[in-house]
Amino acid sequence: MNESLGKPIDRVDGRLKVTGGATYAAEYKIKNLAYGAPVLSTITKGRVKNIDIQQAEKMPGVIGVMTSENCMMLHTPSGSDPGSGKFAEKDLLPLQNDRVLYGGQYIAVVVAETAEQAEQAAATIKVTYDEQKPVVGFEANFSTAYQPGSGLGGAKTQEKRGDADAAMQSAAFTTDETYTTPVYSHNAMEPHATIAEWNGDKLTVYDATQSVMGVQGLLSNILGIPKENTQVYALYIGGGFGSKGFTWANTLLAPMAAKQFNRPVKIELKRQQVFSAAGRRTQTQQKIGLGAGVDGKLTSIKHDTISETSFVDEFVETAGVATSMIYSSPNVEVKHSLVRLNRGTPCPMRAPGESVGMYALEVAMDEMANKLKMDPVQFRITNHSDMDEQKKKQFSSKYLKECYQRGAEAIGWSNRSAEPGMTKQGNLLVGYGVATATYPANRSASSAKATLFADGHAEILCGTQDIGTGTYTVMTQVAADAFGLPVDQVKVKLGDSSYPKGAQSGGSQVSASVGPPIRAAALGAVSKVVKMAIADEKSPLYGKKEEDIVVNSGRIQFKDHSNTSESFTDVLRRKGLDKVEAQAKTNVSTRQQQDAAPAPDGSPEAKIEAESKTNAAVQADEKTDRKDYVFHSFGAQFAKVLVDPDLGTIRVEKIASVMDIGTVMNLKTATNQIMGGILFGMGMALMEETKYDPNNGRIVTRDLAQYLVPVHADIPEIDVQFIEKPDPFISPIGARGIGEIGVTGMAAAIANAIYNATGKRVRDLPITPDKLIA
Amino acid sequence: MEPFRFVKAQDNLAAIRAAGINQAKFIAGGTNMLDLMKLNIETPKQVVDINKLSLYKIEELQNGGIRIGALVKNSDLSYNPYIIKNFPVLSEALLSGASPQLRNMATTGGNLMQRTRCPYFYNTDFACNKRVPGSGCAAITGYNRMNAILGTSDKCIATHPSDMCVAMAALGAIIHVQGPKGSRAIPFADFHLLPGQTPHIEHNLKQDELITHVEIPALPFAVKSYYLKVRDRASYEFALASAAVALDIQNGTINGARVALGGVGTKPWRSLEAERALIGAPANAQTYRTAANAALAEAKPHKDNAFKIELAKRTLVRALTTVEGMS
Repeated sequence: MNESLGKPIDRVDGRLKVTGGATYAAEYKIKNLAYGAPVLSTITKGRVKNIDIQQAEKMPGVIGVMTSENCMMLHTPSGSDPGSGKFAEKDLLPLQNDRVLYGGQYIAVVVAETAEQAEQAAATIKVTYDEQKPVVGFEANFSTAYQPGSGLGGAKTQEKRGDADAAMQSAAFTTDETYTTPVYSHNAMEPHATIAEWNGDKLTVYDATQSVMGVQGLLSNILGIPKENTQVYALYIGGGFGSKGFTWANTLLAPMAAKQFNRPVKIELKRQQVFSAAGRRTQTQQKIGLGAGVDGKLTSIKHDTISETSFVDEFVETAGVATSMIYSSPNVEVKHSLVRLNRGTPCPMRAPGESVGMYALEVAMDEMANKLKMDPVQFRITNHSDMDEQKKKQFSSKYLKECYQRGAEAIGWSNRSAEPGMTKQGNLLVGYGVATATYPANRSASSAKATLFADGHAEILCGTQDIGTGTYTVMTQVAADAFGLPVDQVKVKLGDSSYPKGAQSGGSQVSASVGPPIRAAALGAVSKVVKMAIADEKSPLYGKKEEDIVVNSGRIQFKDHSNTSESFTDVLRRKGLDKVEAQAKTNVSTRQQQDAAPAPDGSPEAKIEAESKTNAAVQADEKTDRKDYVFHSFGAQFAKVLVDPDLGTIRVEKIASVMDIGTVMNLKTATNQIMGGILFGMGMALMEETKYDPNNGRIVTRDLAQYLVPVHADIPEIDVQFIEKPDPFISPIGARGIGEIGVTGMAAAIANAIYNATGKRVRDLPITPDKLIA
Repeated sequence: MEPFRFVKAQDNLAAIRAAGINQAKFIAGGTNMLDLMKLNIETPKQVVDINKLSLYKIEELQNGGIRIGALVKNSDLSYNPYIIKNFPVLSEALLSGASPQLRNMATTGGNLMQRTRCPYFYNTDFACNKRVPGSGCAAITGYNRMNAILGTSDKCIATHPSDMCVAMAALGAIIHVQGPKGSRAIPFADFHLLPGQTPHIEHNLKQDELITHVEIPALPFAVKSYYLKVRDRASYEFALASAAVALDIQNGTINGARVALGGVGTKPWRSLEAERALIGAPANAQTYRTAANAALAEAKPHKDNAFKIELAKRTLVRALTTVEGMS
């Protein structure tokens, strides 16, 4: 049997993508398409007094202007439908009233025959406002901080064990420092875009989204149309990083405008608009207190985070979410509070919580290691958590110590001087840093359909999507192995809301969630063929037991007797069938999330449920005992930096990253994911920052010339390694998600390396030359 | 983008004629102009394409100088062997700017006309005296980390973004322009204007004048010259501070010096003060620091950019030290 899982095969959609054949949301050629250009608020708080659209309406090509005065009314989404996605701005459905709650908020949409005509007309629209004093400035508003409810996926925002304050007071060594992180913007390569087309009561939407199923549910809710009349496509997505996980106003405005002007309408945001109207990471201030004994064992961990949210929704950056489980300590206290500002609402961004939280915690760990005069790697191993001490459960699998050891070797840790500022390379100071990486291994209920065709090829349908991570590719591998077919005989289809419900591409959960039902559906289809064969007198396998049949390259055979075999094609043709289908749904969830509402009888979901009950792979998967385990991935990330002490310039010379993520499904796409996370972390550590005007609170740095991300010249040698030990509990495949963990240790590893190089501790990201020479 | 008329000029005179009407703008590489038009910052009614003009030559002059056609691409200029040998500072400055793709399009004349990257200039929702005269300056009380500390006024603190221009300022380039009534030469120092009360007027070029070429006069000691740029990432980013320097050191004494700074001035910032502090002084660290102090003596920081004073000084000291090391 030639297994493909684990092999570094090329992306199955790679050729399409590099030749322009992959169609992204904004690229569909729709007959009679009109173009919508948004008009965004130029004040930060107030009310719209008047929108002067007279000139715009007369301009060439203009079809109409949609404003709060003339647009359709929307239904407030009922938070109770578990099948629908999340609208990012709960209290601000677009154009429903005259309130302005942040700069860059939608005020109107001009629809015209061409994109240029729409934009030019939009530029002529004069909006007069009744302006109010906005709430701007993060620190300036700390006095209004309040304790929020739970975070994303029900995450606890306040946690406690033991008495962290008392333990701090009696600790032999303590550190207590404040770390700040700025607003970051996702900047996916593909800007948010939606095309909407009505056909009577039926709506078709092409959207740049991380969840076709979520958008379908949400549009159905908000527009008040049945789900079955709402078709959503997202065949290819140019990155999301969380910014396309929640749904933003563009996805509503396109169908609203399409209805109003009776034309298919496209709204494609410009980069500047994406900054204000499509999410960001919140700003944080984190106070971390650590207490340790002379033996280097932590006795107390305190992690107190203030972040900001908007007036249109509540998003908590759960920076302390990993703090209670990542190290062993009898006393822990984690707190989160929020202030509200007149800014566009924040949302998840690659490793929401862990990204900024692990930065602060892991720099604090470095500070403590220095106080203890202990090697930072050894300090982490000394405080290794053998179990989740907060939840009092075992980890499903954990090889973090091995990650530290391999990573230290890869970066050349033995060359590190314990004393900062001691190692030179020419005029430059050399420094090494380490940080722990972690992210939860999420898995949620998902379903898939498998079809084996009489011509020998097979197909998978699954209502998840590939946001650029390689889902098409790794799921082709999973399916090919289950079908017993070579990968080029298997076609995986995603990004279509009419397919069986798959996971949203967020929380690093797609591979872990949709892999098992795809595998189970494929095995189910094969099993149907096998059953036909062994019951068929004309088959060489007639009368054999199903468990004695193996599958190999499109043939089913009796044990290792390759002569006693026939192909899928033989079986199906004899039966006069052109295909055989099987569906599977796995209800496993590693978080107790509420996403598995029972489907009413007769619905497609109910059919999948019914069939899954007889699917051996689903039964085995669901029987696995998971209740005593918590599921997390772990890793160790190392950086070597060179710093020019006079000019403050920082060069990352090398990065080594060793990840324990269970089974590696495809070494190429996995390495790609981790590398992407590392670059995200480099940007976070060294240059990315969304700045707001201190006077009126509008975004100042809102394009890729003002908001810096690492360029090729910044990228060093990156050594990505994996432990490659399957997680025995997460699924039969053994793979945990990988999309986010790559970012979680990187900023701290770089910050710690800069300290090791210079002896300067900058606790305010990004670490730019000005802060190093200050 | 505003609709505009597009005219392809076949020769200098046709270009000059076409430039005189309809608030016309020339377009060559378009690397800055097109962006500004797309953002409604530049709204010419007529765009005159000058790419057909015969201004592509780099000519070595008998006296050791060089004459650069206005349409010479930044990439061609930066890799010209004569420039690399005799005016390395110019090649280095060019190569530190933008990206290879942009340098393949951007021209010498266009680079002289490059407009500021002040974020408030780029955002039509904010006040900007450079973009809309009299509307105010949002940068002065706003986020101004990247803004200028030299040559500012109470109307504008926008930084001049070009690297090429910093090297040309140090080398004392001469800009040759042609108008309807003939040609004239503008010393580099007089070409760009300080913002003063009229930050929207950025240069000495008349509406119907065309830059035809740039002359770099002979400067034998420029064989030892250097451009150092300090920025937030390794490539494709504007300077926090930069320095273009050339030194003539004889027996440990500085006989000649050229100094210009980038990333800190409202125009490419030649520092005669620094040059005076260097010339006649011993080539050593103390002299360089004295020169750096002189160069930044008049610097006026704003809330977010005070660091530039010290950073510019260190950048200049490092550049001078590097050139000294070339001997």
